[in-house]
Amino acid sequence: MRTPRLADPDAPARRGFFARAAALLVAPWCFAPFARAQDATSIETIVPAIRDFTKGAQVRKGKVKLDLPRLADNGNSVALKISVQSPMSQADFVRSVGLFSEKNPRPVIARFYFGPRAGKAEIASRIRLAGTQRVIAVAELSDGSFWSDTATVDVTLSACLDAS
Amino acid sequence: MMLSRIQMPQSAKRGDVIEIRIAIQHPMETGYRHDELGRAIPANVVNRMLVRYGGDEIFRAEMGTGIAANPYLAFFTIAQASGEVEFSWVDDTGETGFAKQTLTVEG
Repeated sequence: MRTPRLADPDAPARRGFFARAAALLVAPWCFAPFARAQDATSIETIVPAIRDFTKGAQVRKGKVKLDLPRLADNGNSVALKISVQSPMSQADFVRSVGLFSEKNPRPVIARFYFGPRAGKAEIASRIRLAGTQRVIAVAELSDGSFWSDTATVDVTLSACLDAS
Repeated sequence: MMLSRIQMPQSAKRGDVIEIRIAIQHPMETGYRHDELGRAIPANVVNRMLVRYGGDEIFRAEMGTGIAANPYLAFFTIAQASGEVEFSWVDDTGETGFAKQTLTVEG
């Protein structure tokens, strides 16, 4: 009677299993940077309604700062602040700011119109969010360029879709 | 007539950038809620608010159901001359609201 030798025949398979398990664990961190790069380039694919706002113009990241809490306990009212870097002079000012939601049943939250008399391109309000999602602010400047910022909010209690 | 609360300075120095805050009492119905008999409550939101200062438009907001109930907006303007800051808004049913506040500009 031969005693089965554990080490020899099984070892390669077992080693392979451990190697694959380790790769699986590491994989999400490897791909994370790529996922983030994709987020930055394609806000129109997240919210197609942005195309109606920009009429197809290119949207660059920057100049706009969208302040939203990282975690919102109640999606029925989430405080937000949008500020746009601009001298707000007669020659160079922010015309309007569009606010878009990734997952709300109606993706266009609001549109705010400014002028050089605003002095400061900043707006604060409170919005509804139907679930954890990205919120995008797009600013239209007087020279016709568009700039954006994206914020991700984790929403514990979602708005809109429940009967409350 | 819809109730509103406006917070802004009563007086300012010429050239100062002042903050104006307004909250309007309105349910901002989404159209996704139902009453106790199961009937859908139609969507009704304050869809437009216009702010004039000395007769000129200084700020305008177009809002949808994504704005929370009792819409609150805070924005800025440059104090140029003494005058009235007038706020007017309208909801989906056509009901309008109006409020105004006097701003005294010194210097």
